[in-house]
Amino acid sequence: MQDVKEIVPGQVTSKEEKQYTYLNLGPTHPATHGIFQNVLKMDGEIIVEATPTIGYIHRAFEKLAERRPFYQITPLTDRMNYCSSPINNMGWHMTVEKLLNIEIPKRVQYLRVIIMQLSRISDHIICNTIIGQDVGATTGFLYLFQFRERIYEIFEEICGARLTTNIGRIGGMERNFSDKAWDKLYKWLEDFPPALQEFSNLLERNRIFMDRTINCGPLSVDMALAYSFSGPNLRAAGVDYDVRVMNPYSSYEEFDFMVPVGTQGDTYDRFMVRQNEMRESLKIIHQALEKVKKEPKDIYKANVPEFVLPPKEEVYNNMEALIYHFKNVMGETDVPKGEVYHSVEGGNGELGFYLISDGGRTPYRLHFRRPCFIFYQAYPEMIKGTMLSDAIITMSSMNVIAGELDA
Amino acid sequence: MESVETEDRIVTLLKEKFAEDFISFETPYHFLTIHLKAENIVAIIRFLYDNEKFQYLTTLCGIHYPELKSIAVMYQLHNLVENKRVRLKIFLPEGKPEVKTLTTVFPAANWMERETYDFFGVTFKGHPNLKRILNVEDMIMFPMRKEFPLEDQTREDKNNAMFGR
Repeated sequence: MQDVKEIVPGQVTSKEEKQYTYLNLGPTHPATHGIFQNVLKMDGEIIVEATPTIGYIHRAFEKLAERRPFYQITPLTDRMNYCSSPINNMGWHMTVEKLLNIEIPKRVQYLRVIIMQLSRISDHIICNTIIGQDVGATTGFLYLFQFRERIYEIFEEICGARLTTNIGRIGGMERNFSDKAWDKLYKWLEDFPPALQEFSNLLERNRIFMDRTINCGPLSVDMALAYSFSGPNLRAAGVDYDVRVMNPYSSYEEFDFMVPVGTQGDTYDRFMVRQNEMRESLKIIHQALEKVKKEPKDIYKANVPEFVLPPKEEVYNNMEALIYHFKNVMGETDVPKGEVYHSVEGGNGELGFYLISDGGRTPYRLHFRRPCFIFYQAYPEMIKGTMLSDAIITMSSMNVIAGELDA
Repeated sequence: MESVETEDRIVTLLKEKFAEDFISFETPYHFLTIHLKAENIVAIIRFLYDNEKFQYLTTLCGIHYPELKSIAVMYQLHNLVENKRVRLKIFLPEGKPEVKTLTTVFPAANWMERETYDFFGVTFKGHPNLKRILNVEDMIMFPMRKEFPLEDQTREDKNNAMFGR
């Protein structure tokens, strides 16, 4: 018979008579929301040790990228953090634009900001409603998900795809926003804030939810920095590192928004940081809409015909457009040699692209700094000494996305 | 992103302190990149950590340069206080790429080094758990090296000049 004292978290001793249970959490488990395996060494319901195994959906994007021309790498980035693929796409476009020294017109930058903020909101909707789902509050999940659906409809109007968007091109957007896209966006901006408010009424000050999530999977500042956390998880621990503010890209320096931070980095803080980020994103979208109105309406790409495919009518009727079309597709434009690092604030943190170009039509080496891959290694330490059910919501509040983890 | 003075300061500091390890530096796209010898890389990063507040490891990855017969390891550090970034590059011999582990300074280097081992075969000495991470464990090669082409190189119906590497 075990002493009650002995199963206090952090005080588990390894006496010889003690028997541990080994539990396979995953690879496919309804509560992990992705393909992760954790072999848990359990003492009753307390986790003594966790051994994560990753790589179940590894697709060798870095290797594939070495054989693809720059514009064909965008679809690969879609499949990393598939909850917010437009941010990945934009990050990649901006990396190449940095390499090529392309100046992007202001209007395109604002359009990109709108798209990126929309996808940040859709990313955070998934994460926060899933936290609710995992603690037993299904209502929010079912209710708020229709607004994510409507964000996808806006993306569909812009680029024709919903989940793996391949949105935008190197040098701008593939086409201008249609009137229908603007209508849907404005309608969504009207409808979403009240829904978000209702969702926060449901959970933010809900005593049951707070009791369940406060002090669950806490993360100290030191540990967060030592494990190179970034994004909402780092900010929940109290560090105000946001790439949009530190190294602004796409004209973020012109926008007025706050960087929400937490205090103790537990599940509740991570939830709250994401909630507040959604509100800040809405603010940014409104500001961007104001700015877009002041810019000429027909600009949607930079004047770089060497890298942007011309419209089809021009290809058939205009010799120069035809030449550029071939140059683009065959990759015959000269690319400068060099090393570029560009990072964007993805849904989960600093999403970096380290690109080495040797002047060829494909990258010589492309390395993705995937935030999930880097911070997921702290997971075993975060759940040590906690209950199994806490481990589940810790994972869902970290928003680990399998596609980004394995690349 | 990075002011010239701080670049100069870091470069001079490293030149003074680690004269034997310093090879060269460059700033491609305003990003300070320092090439170093591999022996004391952990000590150098520890020095930057303690004295220059480079306390955030942004990323770490391997790069294969077959024409130099070497495998490079790139470390990218970030000083979050002053918002400065630095990239350190070391070149290891292709036949026996070995370097000390960085996990003693940054726990975050654990999986990044495992990934680099997995894809490039770089041995990180002193690493607590150096085994494959993304590929299957019984894989025998290091697939990101350039000697493993993505496509069958004996194909003759495709011209590499046209279709890339």
